[in-house]
Amino acid sequence: MEYLLLIYDSEADFAKMSKADGDALYADYGKFTQSILQSGHHRAGQQLQPVSTATTVRVRNGKRVVTDGPFAETREQLGGFYLIEAKDLDEALAIAERVPSARIGSIEVRPLVPAMQHAGQT
Amino acid sequence: MLATTLRLTGDFDLSEEAVQDAFVAALEQWPRDGAPANPYAWLVSTARNRVVDQIRRRARFQEKQTDIERVAVLREGAVDLSDGAMVDDQLRLIFTCCHPALAVDAQVALTLRTVCGLATDEIARCFLTPVATMAQRLVRVKRKIRDARLPFAMPPKERLAERLDGVMLVVYLVFTEGYAATSGNVWIRRQLCEEAIRLGRLMCELIPQNPELRALLALMLLHDSRRVARSGPEEEIITLEEQDRELWDRQEIAEGVPLLEAALREGASGEYALQAAIVSLHARAKRAEDTDWPQIVRLYDALLRKRPSPVVELNRAAAVAMAEGPACGLALIAELEAKGELAGYHLLPAAKADLLRRQGRWLEAAESYREALALVANDPERRFLTLRLEEANGNRDRH
Repeated sequence: MEYLLLIYDSEADFAKMSKADGDALYADYGKFTQSILQSGHHRAGQQLQPVSTATTVRVRNGKRVVTDGPFAETREQLGGFYLIEAKDLDEALAIAERVPSARIGSIEVRPLVPAMQHAGQT
Repeated sequence: MLATTLRLTGDFDLSEEAVQDAFVAALEQWPRDGAPANPYAWLVSTARNRVVDQIRRRARFQEKQTDIERVAVLREGAVDLSDGAMVDDQLRLIFTCCHPALAVDAQVALTLRTVCGLATDEIARCFLTPVATMAQRLVRVKRKIRDARLPFAMPPKERLAERLDGVMLVVYLVFTEGYAATSGNVWIRRQLCEEAIRLGRLMCELIPQNPELRALLALMLLHDSRRVARSGPEEEIITLEEQDRELWDRQEIAEGVPLLEAALREGASGEYALQAAIVSLHARAKRAEDTDWPQIVRLYDALLRKRPSPVVELNRAAAVAMAEGPACGLALIAELEAKGELAGYHLLPAAKADLLRRQGRWLEAAESYREALALVANDPERRFLTLRLEEANGNRDRH
């Protein structure tokens, strides 16, 4: 079963972080990613550029509307993700709690709709 | 039954349906063909076959490889119906219902539905929720269990203590929902208390080595022992001090007190154990004036160290007033008022009014009762405070 781990943390807090703390966090991410690669749970994962680089696209009445930034202002922003394979939610949660940002932000764990099931429902 | 079928299938809705179908089949076949040698095994295997049929039908329709694999596993796996396996099934069911990934109200509803076997409309009535809302809540939680794949399993050892806290909270919430004099009819509230105590007993049987669980059961039994004495024929509140102690349930006290003592000897020291210790000091006092208030104050101190809470501080202030006199209690209440954490909580002015009443300061007592009445939300408490206000007014006029 695949789960998406959505990493939310505060870009403002991140900007205030000292260089030493930032380096330590990146090092932790390196170790974490390595460990889930080795254990076979890792499918994909990437850090996102800050929200200030985001662009939103909507199509209304066949017309494309492009706007700057995300939809709403929130205290924490989506800053990255991992796609993992886990046997059940408990295993996924145990992996999510080890994401370094879990200590400062939060990790949303979302199961993916299996491709087969999706086809079956249509 | 449901627990065992769930172990085999891992699907709440399918299992519930299959168990019902198995009972229907039994009603048809047993009178005709005679009851089987092992009725329980017959029911479980009938339910299992029913699930296999269902999954196979769905699998054929959707060509889902995973479902086809599940059918193979289900058909070949022997059904383990030993006592040990059934205990494990029930534990797995309880821990799944009380999984922290589910909202607490959903945990409570699901536990009542699947572990206690209450009907959806019964649960809805317990929580004064429309039946449709409760049905929706149950559908949503079962869907999450299925789609997020919550394991139907015991938590790993390193998580057991934390997960057990969650289970105990659900059991105690079921109890307090039934015990609170806030709403709902008497019969429904009674049923919730009985279910909670039954769950408590079940957990003690399933995990006999845990003294905190036994402390929780003792706490519920000791509270429940005052059930008849704590309200009058019109649902009016009768305070602990004024209760007819002859009406306390001796059997529950005789079970609860030694249960708690054994749990404490084995190291129970959590919140439930401390609360149970307080309730048990009341239970053991033959008359209200025999109550060991200094000891109760010490227990509240311990409770506050474990989890600081302004409500517990208020209870402690009331106990201090009984141990050392109303003036000491009033001083503590004044401190609480100054902190402002309990602003809007009717029991703060109510407790203050009670201590002023004990001092015969009727004018000030009436003032505080009026303040409490402006904040109170439920009828029995409103009637109680109104009576006390009238008493204070009468005494004030006489002086």
